[in-house]
Amino acid sequence: MSTAALRVENLRTHFFTRQGVVRAVDGVNFSVAPGAIMGLVGESGSGKSVTGYSIMGLVDPPGRIVGGRILMHGQDLRALPPREMRKIRGKNVAMIFQDPLMTLNPVLRIDTQMIEAIRAHEDIDERSARNRARDALGQVGIPSPDERLHAYPHQFSGGMRQRVAIAIALLNRPEVIIADEPTTALDVTIQGQILFEMRKLCRESGTALIWITHDLAVVSGLADEVCVMYAGKIVEHGSVDAVLDAPLHPYTRGLIESVPSRSARGARLPQIPGAMPTLLALPAGCAFRGRCARADSACTAEPALASVGDGRQVRCFHPHREPLTTS
Amino acid sequence: MVEQTPLQRMASDFAESRIALAGLALLAAILLVALLAPLISPQNPYDLAQLDVLDSRLPPLAQSRSDGGHTHTYWLGTDDQGRDMLSGIFYGLRISIGVGVASTLAALAIGLVLGLLAAYFGGWVDTLIMRIVDIQLSFPSILIALILLALLGQGLDKIIVALVAVQWAYYARTVRGAALVERRKEYMEAAAGLALSHARIVFRHLLPNCLPPLIVVATVQVAAAIALEATLSFLGLGLPITEPSLGLLISNGFTYMLSGKYWISFFPGVALLATIVSINLVADQLRDVLNPRLQK
Amino acid sequence: MLVFIIRRLMQSMLVLVAMSLLVFLGVYAIGNPVDILISPQADQAEIARATAALGLDRPLAEQYWVFLRQAATGDLGRSFAFNVPAIQLILERMPATLELAVTAMLIAIVLGIPLGLWAGLAPDSIAGKTIMTGSILGFSLPTFWVGLMLIMLFSVVLGWLPSNGRGPTVELLGVPVSFLSREGLAHLALPAANLALFKLALIIRLARAGTREALLQDYVRYARAKGLSEARVIGVHVLKNILVPIVTVIGLEFGSVVAFAIVTESVFAWPGMGKLLIESINMLDRPVIVAYLCIIVTLFTLINLAVDIVYSLLDPRVRLSEAGM
Repeated sequence: MSTAALRVENLRTHFFTRQGVVRAVDGVNFSVAPGAIMGLVGESGSGKSVTGYSIMGLVDPPGRIVGGRILMHGQDLRALPPREMRKIRGKNVAMIFQDPLMTLNPVLRIDTQMIEAIRAHEDIDERSARNRARDALGQVGIPSPDERLHAYPHQFSGGMRQRVAIAIALLNRPEVIIADEPTTALDVTIQGQILFEMRKLCRESGTALIWITHDLAVVSGLADEVCVMYAGKIVEHGSVDAVLDAPLHPYTRGLIESVPSRSARGARLPQIPGAMPTLLALPAGCAFRGRCARADSACTAEPALASVGDGRQVRCFHPHREPLTTS
Repeated sequence: MVEQTPLQRMASDFAESRIALAGLALLAAILLVALLAPLISPQNPYDLAQLDVLDSRLPPLAQSRSDGGHTHTYWLGTDDQGRDMLSGIFYGLRISIGVGVASTLAALAIGLVLGLLAAYFGGWVDTLIMRIVDIQLSFPSILIALILLALLGQGLDKIIVALVAVQWAYYARTVRGAALVERRKEYMEAAAGLALSHARIVFRHLLPNCLPPLIVVATVQVAAAIALEATLSFLGLGLPITEPSLGLLISNGFTYMLSGKYWISFFPGVALLATIVSINLVADQLRDVLNPRLQK
Repeated sequence: MLVFIIRRLMQSMLVLVAMSLLVFLGVYAIGNPVDILISPQADQAEIARATAALGLDRPLAEQYWVFLRQAATGDLGRSFAFNVPAIQLILERMPATLELAVTAMLIAIVLGIPLGLWAGLAPDSIAGKTIMTGSILGFSLPTFWVGLMLIMLFSVVLGWLPSNGRGPTVELLGVPVSFLSREGLAHLALPAANLALFKLALIIRLARAGTREALLQDYVRYARAKGLSEARVIGVHVLKNILVPIVTVIGLEFGSVVAFAIVTESVFAWPGMGKLLIESINMLDRPVIVAYLCIIVTLFTLINLAVDIVYSLLDPRVRLSEAGM
């Protein structure tokens, strides 16, 4: 376990708003091994993106990390002074955001934005930095990279822009990449390509990848492990195959069942009733209680994340035991 | 919780800023002074019989030198004609504010009508009116006013014409913008479907919804009109000497400043400043209060 | 890029022609051209002669054509008061006004952008609030009154700076300028500061609003995620984005600065075009007024053209979309 590229222990990030305290991330634990790919799955409001920002140290006020440790090479990133953290950002841990049209600065050229990412961490001359940028573009499959370097973000298609973002993330050979829904805004076909290429690149370079998404289908084709988040906590964790074949938590099961599949054509699509409670006023006990068909009086107490063997964990008093029936 | 009428809610929103309240209080005081000037001035500065040239250029708090009966204190000094500065300022406020408000109201009326027409009829009417508005707004107001005054000559009415000509375009543009938004809303189609006359639709339906941005613009514009009139009077092209506004008073005192007799320009300047700043403070808060996007 | 410039040039020419028509109509059709172009001291015989000589009895269209032709060659009438071509008077005074206007604009930009940036980065700090209150005062106060107060403070009470006139001038590229000497700078200081105040307040407000908006954008967070120093995030990423709207405003406001110089020149007795205009209005020297109008309109049109070009240089999306990319 000490070979983990990144280990998160009991991370808590709260937002102190005028209406109250929003416990966006409330006790999250996981670790990722080098070269491994982990999917962090949840609907919007589950805290998955905030987890990513917390690891990067980019939580904006009124939010603040209030507890936990983020360990890389045994060092707690939270304990680092801002100057040191800035050196880690973009070099040891890189992040890819959802919409590159918004995240790439529209008035700066691509080469400017790539070269500055390199030179922020290394003292090299511009020519060498430019060469590295060109190679990175080639690596992610962008044709005629020399011309593309002189272009502006809006001159690229959505898929190309995201490849540029991936190239920037890989520029400094980080140990961990956090990808926050990078394919959500893209065509399904492009999505598939990018997933495939990311997987290949990470395997080849030994980079750990945390893929944040709400889409289980993406996770199934890409990741080794999956963590399911709900209302700021991890409710299930395990290898992708195990979790998708036999989900233990009712929420996970509901998520999988609500994905339309060919074999269930014509049948009524099951939905998880209700909606995630507002994080300002979480009910006592299990946060999923109000939507769960299996909830009873025991669920008014808060369940802990319990190991159930085979590296699997679940936070539930009444987890499912049987595998999913594929109809 | 008691339901507040929109007006009450506006008032309580407004009162949240203490600076704005202070501005409002100051403005109210100034308006009161301006209205009551003939009644509260120690002296009528335009009545030559009351002036004594022996009293000219006295510093503030000086006593009257004339030995004809009572002595009174010139609280703010006198100007080169022996006029009491305090009275001059009261009357000057009256004229400055009067001209500013009158020209604003006239410009508002014209701009309102043209803006509503442009928004309601659309097409070439809209294009024509807005082109003129655009061209006019691309020139600095002072230039337009100066050229108009150069062509028309001096006088109270000509000043008001110049001020109106400078301002109407703002109102037209603001009203047209607000009216266009309203026009697209469904209740307008309903009203048209009921075959109401054009006038009725425009005035009963379009107009009330254009009022909030209009009020904000108008308030700011009154201050701008007062400042512009003062500037024009200072340059000698504004109101004639028979109806001295604050700008003229300031310009009178300009030559004396270098010899240390600052009060002839300074106090009218402070009065002008107080007026403009208080109006702007009120306008700033009004803008926040009336902005629908900032409603809680 | 060239196509873009040519297109803008042609639009500007159209505007110039339209404005010339307006000026012409204002003078010849609405105003009384006899009053405006012929000296009021002339007697009947002279008026009749001048009327014929100026072609005022010809049809309006022909007069317009003559007007255009003369304007194109720079003949805009002779000043009544000085009996020299009006345009010569104005061109003599133009360097003084431009020097004042450019200095004022520079002050406003050099001070305004950093102050606005600061107020945007720390809006709730004491500095931020002070800057904002100052900016409200800056555009509430009438320019002429601020000028008076500046004179009172710096000339009368403190005696540091002169209160009127322009300093000694030196030829720079054939144009007389006064900022190259210490005395010239001393004379330039107060009027330039006076003229700058209004624009300074405006730029501060713009920069602050732009900064606050930019800081909320994703690209700022992304730049930080790349590990860039805060100085680069603000100084390059944020700054370049807020410059685009500010440059547009600066360009358009420059024309207004030249116009408002009229007031400052009057207060400080600065020998520029504005002061000439006021004197001419007072002396009823109308050819000079007409000439001033024409020059100002041309100036404004040129400024708009320059702003368009600079704007497209700064925002690549505008330039490239025009070129069809």
